[in-house]
Amino acid sequence: MPDVLLDVQDLVVHFQVYGGYLKVLDGVTLQVRHQERVGLVGETGCGKTTTMKTIMGILPKPPGVVRGGRILFKGRDVLSMRPPELEHLRRSGISMIFQDPTAALNPVFTVGEQLEDAIRYALGKRDHASVREVALSALQNVALPDPPRILESYPVQLSGGMRQRVCIALALACPKELLIADEPGTSLDVTIQDQILRLIHRLAEERKMAVILISHSLGVIREWTERVYVMYAGTIVEEAKTGELFARPLHPYTEALMRCVPKLTGTGIAEGIPGRIPDYFDPPSGCRFHPRCPHRMDICRQRKPQLFPVDRGHRVACFLFGRDSHG
Amino acid sequence: MRRTRIGRWWYKFSRNPLSVVGLIIVVGVVFCAVFAPWVAPYPEHAGPYVNYREANQPPSLAHPFGTDIFGRDVLSRVFFAFRSSLLMGIVVLSIVVPVGVTLGLLAGYFKESWIDILIMRITDIFLSVPPLILALAITSVLKPNLTNAMIAVSVMWWPWYTRLVYGMATSLRNEYFVQSAELIGASKFHILFREILPNCVSTILTKMTLDMGWVILIGAALSFVGLGEQPPKPALGTMVADGAKYLPEYWWISVFPGLAIMLIVLGFNLLGDGIGDLFSLEEA
Amino acid sequence: MDELLVVEGLRKFFATSRGIVRAVQDVSFAIHPGETFGLVGESGSGKSTVAYMVMGMYRPTGGRILFKGQDITMPHARRPLVLKKELQIVFQDPGSSLNPRRSVREILELPLRVHHLVDRRKLRERVEELLNIVELPPDYAEKYPRALGGGEKQMVAIARALATEPSLLVLDEPTSALDVSIQAKIINTLVRIQKERRLGYLFITHDLSLMRNIAHRVAIMYLGRIMELAPAQVFFERPLHPYTQMLLSSIPVISEEEERLKPAKIVSTGEIPSPVNLPPGCVFHPRCREAREVCRREEPGMREVEVGHLVRCHLYGA
Repeated sequence: MPDVLLDVQDLVVHFQVYGGYLKVLDGVTLQVRHQERVGLVGETGCGKTTTMKTIMGILPKPPGVVRGGRILFKGRDVLSMRPPELEHLRRSGISMIFQDPTAALNPVFTVGEQLEDAIRYALGKRDHASVREVALSALQNVALPDPPRILESYPVQLSGGMRQRVCIALALACPKELLIADEPGTSLDVTIQDQILRLIHRLAEERKMAVILISHSLGVIREWTERVYVMYAGTIVEEAKTGELFARPLHPYTEALMRCVPKLTGTGIAEGIPGRIPDYFDPPSGCRFHPRCPHRMDICRQRKPQLFPVDRGHRVACFLFGRDSHG
Repeated sequence: MRRTRIGRWWYKFSRNPLSVVGLIIVVGVVFCAVFAPWVAPYPEHAGPYVNYREANQPPSLAHPFGTDIFGRDVLSRVFFAFRSSLLMGIVVLSIVVPVGVTLGLLAGYFKESWIDILIMRITDIFLSVPPLILALAITSVLKPNLTNAMIAVSVMWWPWYTRLVYGMATSLRNEYFVQSAELIGASKFHILFREILPNCVSTILTKMTLDMGWVILIGAALSFVGLGEQPPKPALGTMVADGAKYLPEYWWISVFPGLAIMLIVLGFNLLGDGIGDLFSLEEA
Repeated sequence: MDELLVVEGLRKFFATSRGIVRAVQDVSFAIHPGETFGLVGESGSGKSTVAYMVMGMYRPTGGRILFKGQDITMPHARRPLVLKKELQIVFQDPGSSLNPRRSVREILELPLRVHHLVDRRKLRERVEELLNIVELPPDYAEKYPRALGGGEKQMVAIARALATEPSLLVLDEPTSALDVSIQAKIINTLVRIQKERRLGYLFITHDLSLMRNIAHRVAIMYLGRIMELAPAQVFFERPLHPYTQMLLSSIPVISEEEERLKPAKIVSTGEIPSPVNLPPGCVFHPRCREAREVCRREEPGMREVEVGHLVRCHLYGA
């Protein structure tokens, strides 16, 4: 069994606000193995970005506060790392690319200035010539045409797709073991998004990198990941190999979500899921999905379900599929 | 714990303790100004009063800020002087804000039309004259008194609001909610005052709060050269000027009114920061 | 014929510092009551520009727009008030189409007041009715947009558009910024309302799977021109234009069944050209794997290959 690279155990994160706390993450558990491509699917507000920021150590500490859990990267707990160790983590361990490439690039510096800055920081090189060489090859690796011209350009002069590639080059200026891609290409056209995802896939293979691909698009997840976690309201509700999840979605939320996706067959779209995402200030007791669930039972109100194993690698946090030790 | 609307506002406001300090200072100054006849230890000293036996006394328990050359209690006069300072701030802003904001809205929404050009060129002309010079010029033509000082400061102050709102209006008019209102067929009045203006209010209010301090400072500068509130009515600038001749011996006559000016400006600045935070759209 | 909207030879050029942008060129189509006409394309295709011209937000450089037989090819400010009632638009970003400083009640009352549709005492009732149509509870009237989720904001935008009882609704990517479960609810609501009121919809999106489930007829645009126009089923099952095929082959789907419906994968290479520097001949030829000599020289015209199915491509003898 391949080694586990990232092991998030029961992560609980709250945000301090007026009058109390927003209990955003309620025990998130997930793992990524070496060179694995894992997907995280969930809708707006489910806590995906909060989870990733906590993993990277960039959660704003007030108002954010970690109330419990561990994040083990190669066996070391990120939550108890000091700033120098966190820097080392981000330099050669984990990197992240964000959804909006325009917002991620500084508009008043050229691509070259930003890229060379990142390279100097990551690799500690000093002399101009070798830094420039690394920058040029970084741009070539992300299939950008005419790298010298790109280095001289300002982000505003590039198209959305090119900016996203620059962000990827920035993230991978130095070899990393894990790349977190938060909704890559979502703001771009579907053909360009396809190119970006293809690029990420190729780079992951070439560099033997693991990838966490976050998306609210089930289609993207299906095509580009090997294993998937489904997240709802701060918890993981289902975990499975990608093919298995789409063939047999078990959690009522996952099922409902799949029925809402418009299908090319033209068979119409489901009515949507009744209710709204929970108010994190005063979340529902027990299973956070129960107010919206067509199959809810008494126990769902009373206790939070763990991830019960159903099949090889397929686990569901739902009392329809198991009882905990009290049940 | 119940979450009320006021509670939420206080939470946002008090994130920065300095804003609370500003609020305390401003409330204190206003309180002293409004209730001066009752909180000042020697209210009659604010009018024509002379007692040479008590003149030039250094700060003591009886006179915490000392007495001036006429024997008048400086502390009491400072409280009464707050009145003309605050009055100037309030009156000037009451004139300047409606005028400046309306002109800015018109110029910004009708950008690149003759309305824009006319209004903004006039604004530019006013802004090109150094502010204090303009105020001095106007007051020296008119009789020196508080009313004319307020007029002078108003005349030089309105362009800042026009500029501020112009910038906001030009970008807001392209927002989808403004276009929606236009597509529905709403009148220009509605679009300017009910769609665009509400989105400018937070910036305007913040500026107004900061401006209170600056208008009061300009007012003090004018009265320092004798162009504002005339004696024997107390004014902070006049008190500083009167005491300047006696520095450094009878330092308290100038220094305490000067510190009072500083305190007012500081208070409004800190409060203005807090008001800005209050209006930020982030959720508490 | 009972066409609601007819667009003939519509053109829009913008003069910019970098040259003339030919945003829309030779666009023609018609929409009937109760029909959803879909306009699909990538960024720079000109689909939003067409929508804005229909609404009068842009003045067309050429061509005509007819609404219920009347020529309305004029900027919005010139249109009679009565016309403004009949055509309404729902924008893409719900966050910026509602004034954050106005309550839902004030937002919904505006069209009612402007057009004097109800007298003062009935305003409250009517606002509640509007909220009811989009399945929002009446107490939402007192809320401000920031207290609403993206989907709820969009529902308010739809309710506002329906307040004047229009005959045609233009929907510019109404659900692109929203999650799939919220999108589902909104689309179902839109379909229900369309059936109840026989509304015409001009529906714009880049999401082909969504289009498959909502449009009766679809047109695909590329760099300002319509490349193919057909009834929905025909468009998706027998796409003729190479661009249509390319797009269809790259959409992510979630089932095997759907995979089988897609044309064989055509990997798109290169960037979308900018509308300032249009390629000569057929604008799609640089990315087209079927490109021939004639495609580089001559722009193809629209040709009706079968009833209701038009293509702009030399492969079909245009």
